[in-house]
Amino acid sequence: MAADGTPLLELEGVSKRFGPVQALDRVDFAVHAGEVIGLVGDNGAGKSTLVKAIAGIYSPDGGTIRFEGEEVRIKGPQDATELGIATVYQDLALCDNLDVVANLFLGREQVSAGPGQVSRQLDEVKMEHETADLLSTLAVTIPSLRSEVGTLSGGQRQQVAVARSLLGDPKVVLLDEPTAALGVPQTKQVLELIRRLRERNLGVVVISHNLADVFAVADRVFVLRLGRAAGEFRAEETTEEHVVGAITGVGDGGERNQHAEGETS
Amino acid sequence: MSATEAATAEEAPERRPTTGETARRIVQGDLSSVRVVLGLVVIAVIFQVQEDRFLSAENLTNLMLQITTIGLISVGVVYVLLLGEIDLSVGAVSGLSAAVMAVLSVNHGWNAYLAIAAAVAVGAAIGCLQGSLFSRFVVPSFVVTLAGLLAWEGALLQVLGKTGSLNINDPKITGLANIFYSDTVGWIFAAVIIGAYGAALAVGYRRRVAACLGDTNALSQIVRFVLLAAIVIAAVAILNSDRGVPLAVMILLAFVVGMEYVAKQTSFGRHVFAVGGNAEAARRAGIHVNRVRIAVFTIAGTMAAIGGVMAASRLFAVNQNSGGNELLLLAIAGPVIAGTSLFGGRGSVWTALLGALVIGSISNGMDLLSLSSAVKLMVTGGVLLLAVLVDAVARQQRQTSGRV
Repeated sequence: MAADGTPLLELEGVSKRFGPVQALDRVDFAVHAGEVIGLVGDNGAGKSTLVKAIAGIYSPDGGTIRFEGEEVRIKGPQDATELGIATVYQDLALCDNLDVVANLFLGREQVSAGPGQVSRQLDEVKMEHETADLLSTLAVTIPSLRSEVGTLSGGQRQQVAVARSLLGDPKVVLLDEPTAALGVPQTKQVLELIRRLRERNLGVVVISHNLADVFAVADRVFVLRLGRAAGEFRAEETTEEHVVGAITGVGDGGERNQHAEGETS
Repeated sequence: MSATEAATAEEAPERRPTTGETARRIVQGDLSSVRVVLGLVVIAVIFQVQEDRFLSAENLTNLMLQITTIGLISVGVVYVLLLGEIDLSVGAVSGLSAAVMAVLSVNHGWNAYLAIAAAVAVGAAIGCLQGSLFSRFVVPSFVVTLAGLLAWEGALLQVLGKTGSLNINDPKITGLANIFYSDTVGWIFAAVIIGAYGAALAVGYRRRVAACLGDTNALSQIVRFVLLAAIVIAAVAILNSDRGVPLAVMILLAFVVGMEYVAKQTSFGRHVFAVGGNAEAARRAGIHVNRVRIAVFTIAGTMAAIGGVMAASRLFAVNQNSGGNELLLLAIAGPVIAGTSLFGGRGSVWTALLGALVIGSISNGMDLLSLSSAVKLMVTGGVLLLAVLVDAVARQQRQTSGRV
């Protein structure tokens, strides 16, 4: 685990309020290169808000975000992409009527050189070639790159969405519930893909409800409860009960949480 | 690694489609063009049995001339359908644009080409306006264009003035639908088309082989080439045995091929398909969804204007009925019959041509049999309903087989 040195991405005291709801309350959070963090918590604990704050969908009310040690302001999704933060949302945002290659290059199509350039002619051969290369380095197997994404299984669609996020050469990848609604073998494929992202020395944040999946892949588990950091565990040194305790606020993790509440009042 | 093994075991290996598979794909609309060609053959056989003039060179030439207006308008409609939208104003826009051309040419003595350009500009401007209203205010496109249908029909009456009809004599305009090329020129066209298609296939094939990509089946390329060559040669032979290849057919073909290229081979076309398939995904991928929508409605208006110019040229006149009657519905029905989905994201510009052929053949055949317009309207309505049902069933089947 390469959790030493400057974190790739570091949040310090990040808060976000929606009217009366304090969605995030002074959260500190860090991701290192080559590290997978499982972000867990109950519904409404602030997982999605945290990810959206990093991805530039919401701008935080307070706190600082540092990327590779430098303080940054992420005002929109564009900013996040430019920094090298890629997000794969739960709905994947794929066009089911387009094939794998078209989806991978959606919005950044390769245009052929030569006379076709005038009409922005697509360089299908180049795109298909690069898709094949990318998918094979990720060991993603898809029957045909020219099959419509709508015909693929849930696991394959998830893998296509993750592969697409890698095209912009990001340093941090945020995955929102990548294994939700997947069968056992498909979940395995996706977890395997997440491990390969770590091998590529990316910082990976995985939001999940499924603790078994989190423990299967994460180096660290970060628990949010009611918008506050409610515990941080090394996956190999903790058990599911500890993490569940932190999520529900009972037992081990609860102490920290009460401590935090004491601070607020 | 166990997970990898599981992954490999789960994926079905790529295989060649079986006959059953092909049948399923035809039903589900993947091979809808095959379905339409079969439909055309059935239509041709039915009418030929009843009336043996149907497949004569003269009648087939007339058929081609009859479908140019609908075909050209349908080219724009295909783009709108690919977005999952509809444009109900194309008929009225074609009439208004033709009227603008006629008034400028006949009453104001404009040069024919300038008058045509003005007509096309009017169509483009109307399309751009409707597209902007639709995307800016998020009003359903059928409402915006329904308002357009009424307004532009009114504008047509206004432009034509009291006489309500203008005869066009300028040979530059009337020539568009009434020029026929000599046999030699017809064969030159055939040679150029076949040569260009063969060259495009060969270049694409060699690039794929050079890049070591799959799907390099030389036989299928040869079959496609031979099929196209056979169709082109047969068409030119038939047209030559009557009056020759009409300029109108070449204009229609040029637009179909050009706009099919834009739809399938350019990044703009890719964005049209993406917006039609999943507008939110397209937006998140950084595509300017509203710009694509406005551009598509502009294309629809432009193609409607071009269709209107061709109609006026063929009729030697523009009148209060120009662009009216069932022209609008037929221009939308054509592509749908031929397999462009009403739900967006699926289809091709070829369906504009194929659909116009189906609708044109039915109407032409019924004219030959001197059926009443009551029967004609009911039959055409039935064919449209059938096509929409086939589209809906295809969609349902895709969904039940886990495809959206």
